[in-house]
Amino acid sequence: MEHHIVLRVIAKFVIPMILLFALYVQFHGDYGPGGGFQAGVIFAVGFILHALIFGIDHTREVLHLQTLRISAALGLMLYLGTGIAGILMGGNFLDYSVLSADPVSGQLLGIFLIELGVGITVASVMLTLFYIFARP
Amino acid sequence: MIESFIDIVLLTFLAIIALAITRIRHLFVTVILTGMFSLLSACLLVTMDAVDVAFTEAAVGAGISTLLFLSVLALTSTEELPGNSRVSCIAMFLVTITGAILIYGTLDIPRFGDTSAPVHNHIAERFINESLQETGVPNMVTSVLASYRGYDTLGETTVILTAGIGVLMLLGRGKRNTNKQKE
Repeated sequence: MEHHIVLRVIAKFVIPMILLFALYVQFHGDYGPGGGFQAGVIFAVGFILHALIFGIDHTREVLHLQTLRISAALGLMLYLGTGIAGILMGGNFLDYSVLSADPVSGQLLGIFLIELGVGITVASVMLTLFYIFARP
Repeated sequence: MIESFIDIVLLTFLAIIALAITRIRHLFVTVILTGMFSLLSACLLVTMDAVDVAFTEAAVGAGISTLLFLSVLALTSTEELPGNSRVSCIAMFLVTITGAILIYGTLDIPRFGDTSAPVHNHIAERFINESLQETGVPNMVTSVLASYRGYDTLGETTVILTAGIGVLMLLGRGKRNTNKQKE
């Protein structure tokens, strides 16, 4: 689709907005609908749109498959690490109240971190699946 | 009145689409219909005031699943092989019995919005009353999903990572081979 100039121009406007909306859904999940799962999917969709318009080879250069493999694992490790940090700081596994001096801010920090972990893993895995299915 | 009308319309469309998916052999059409099915389910969830679930259904079910199915179609054929269309009496009997048992099972399920249902009387009360003080998160869905039920979400994330690893192991090798050929 590289000769479709309208699509290319519009995509350049839309893709940053999709990524920004994904970040909004990620970090606004505490107050409205949303969270790591939805944000990860929307973030991946931004890159998939890039791949559809500019060709998947360009997208692979922007974001390597190798990077995605590592970040998919890192997201889950961030989740597990938050849980283990709870044990190390004297609580139970995935008990966020001990992460900070104040239980409520500890909960907020823990929820923030694990939602971030979920988002990273979901976005990476979805993009990995697309990369592999689109051109194994 | 208007709500039940909307529900009836949405459920009718769901049934029509489900029947169409089973009849149509062209996989491209089937994938698009699956996406429509998810989008209608998301609408149904919105009418039930479950916006978080509806959001997930629209993003994951209607959005990226359709995309991934379409990209899988590029790897396989877009036409489903004609199956054995002869109706087997034993299969029909088994399916009817199973369906009847399932419908019988739904008779014991509490009605939608029933305040005396066990699920509303066990632990939900505590979530509603105390989750804001305990976690500081106004959206109860997020606080339950991420904090009270952190183990479940950990499991879900692990499932997604495992699915990614599985696909990488099954199909990811081809890429590495072509890289070697290029070198």
